[in-house]
Amino acid sequence: MHWTDDGIVLSARPHGESSAVVQLLTRGQGRHAGLVRGGQGKRARGIYQPGNLVAANWTARLAEHLGNYTCELVESHAARVLDDPPRLAALSAAAAVSETALPEREPHPACFEGFLALLAALPGDHWAEVYVRWELALLAELGFGLDLESCAAGGANDQLAYVSPKSGRAVSLAAGEPYRDKLLPLPGFLIGRGGGGAAEVEQGLALTGFFLERHVFAPHHRDLPAARRRLAERFPALPA
Amino acid sequence: MAGRGVRAGADCAKHEYVMTVSDIDRLIQLLARLPGLGPRSARRAALRMIQKPETLMLPLAAALERAAENIHACSACGNLDAGDPCAICRDPGRDAGVICVVEAVGDLWAIERSGAFKGLYHVVGGTLSALDGRGPAQLNIATLVARVQAGAGGAPGAGQPGAGQPGEVILALSATVDGQTTAHYIAERLEGLGVAVSRLGQGVPVGGELDYLDDGTLSAAFKARRPVS
Repeated sequence: MHWTDDGIVLSARPHGESSAVVQLLTRGQGRHAGLVRGGQGKRARGIYQPGNLVAANWTARLAEHLGNYTCELVESHAARVLDDPPRLAALSAAAAVSETALPEREPHPACFEGFLALLAALPGDHWAEVYVRWELALLAELGFGLDLESCAAGGANDQLAYVSPKSGRAVSLAAGEPYRDKLLPLPGFLIGRGGGGAAEVEQGLALTGFFLERHVFAPHHRDLPAARRRLAERFPALPA
Repeated sequence: MAGRGVRAGADCAKHEYVMTVSDIDRLIQLLARLPGLGPRSARRAALRMIQKPETLMLPLAAALERAAENIHACSACGNLDAGDPCAICRDPGRDAGVICVVEAVGDLWAIERSGAFKGLYHVVGGTLSALDGRGPAQLNIATLVARVQAGAGGAPGAGQPGAGQPGEVILALSATVDGQTTAHYIAERLEGLGVAVSRLGQGVPVGGELDYLDDGTLSAAFKARRPVS
């Protein structure tokens, strides 16, 4: 068995003295693990950092085997954000959420492209808003997409302000007012209103975190990854 | 195989030292667990020890026993030493105003080998890792914060003359995602405690050629550039 593909490093766990089991998010093979011989070595460690884009070559005798990776670094995204705590937190959170949320060996090209777009947006100003959108897209890709187009209660669609925690559908300001304590706030930037900012990102992270926890992690008796929780704790402390 | 006695080396009879094959297997298995040793090299090491019980095996066994009994983590900094506080914390010649934070004792030893640092250390015992389930509570971070608040001497009676609050904490953690996440976390925990927090520089290594450097190191080197004096 053999394939080559682009992959984003999600994690690298030590295996034995010098090898590592590396999880990649690939375009055509989905989340896929493989053994990297010498993966703990001085040269290899820089390659297998979460967020790095690699050209991966996987070989195994049988398809169900763990197999061996040989990878070449294409783009070192991790190094760009190492000295920037919030962006590094976002990168760690995205890698941890991808690793724990995505099923293994199930192709999700949209997740790969989405992660690449997030990595490209990280150095920019609106990286936090992009992160929230990325989690929304991840939910949609896993079959738990939110409907933020129209009001679930028949209210005006130009005043959407909440999301129903039950249905995952938007609710207008007027229709949701009596239930505002039970509804989740819908940040404006997700429906093309408002420019985002720390407070809205906090709302966005709470929104996606709620549905990720309920639909993706709770069925497997897991919590949101610690890296994701640490990212959420950074808002709204951050400036817009 | 147990019970089939073998004579181990020429001195065996003299010392009434007879090993069974299962003893040898057990020794080889234990040696093979050590870093750098596989079953073959463990077998070679075991054979050498068996052949030289007086000069190799018995002194080694005694040293291992003594080390297991006496070596503990320093209650102030987490370093491994026979004394508590460790020799570094007790050393009056070291600069108590600077604490260098490292991931593991191996890193501390590496810095000590370089001779580049003459302050005190703090071993946090790893990095934050969501996937491996290592959170702040699993690391030696709370003790660092307490140490900064209380003074560089750490635990009472640390033997640090003139130990006041340290002026600087140097974060010497790995330039990896986990290492830097931990560094940022520690820096945030130390905020407002009146201590300067710095980290090791990153860039071109000694003997490094630009052509062979990875993109990350190069971009770090550009960010950390400084004027030529």
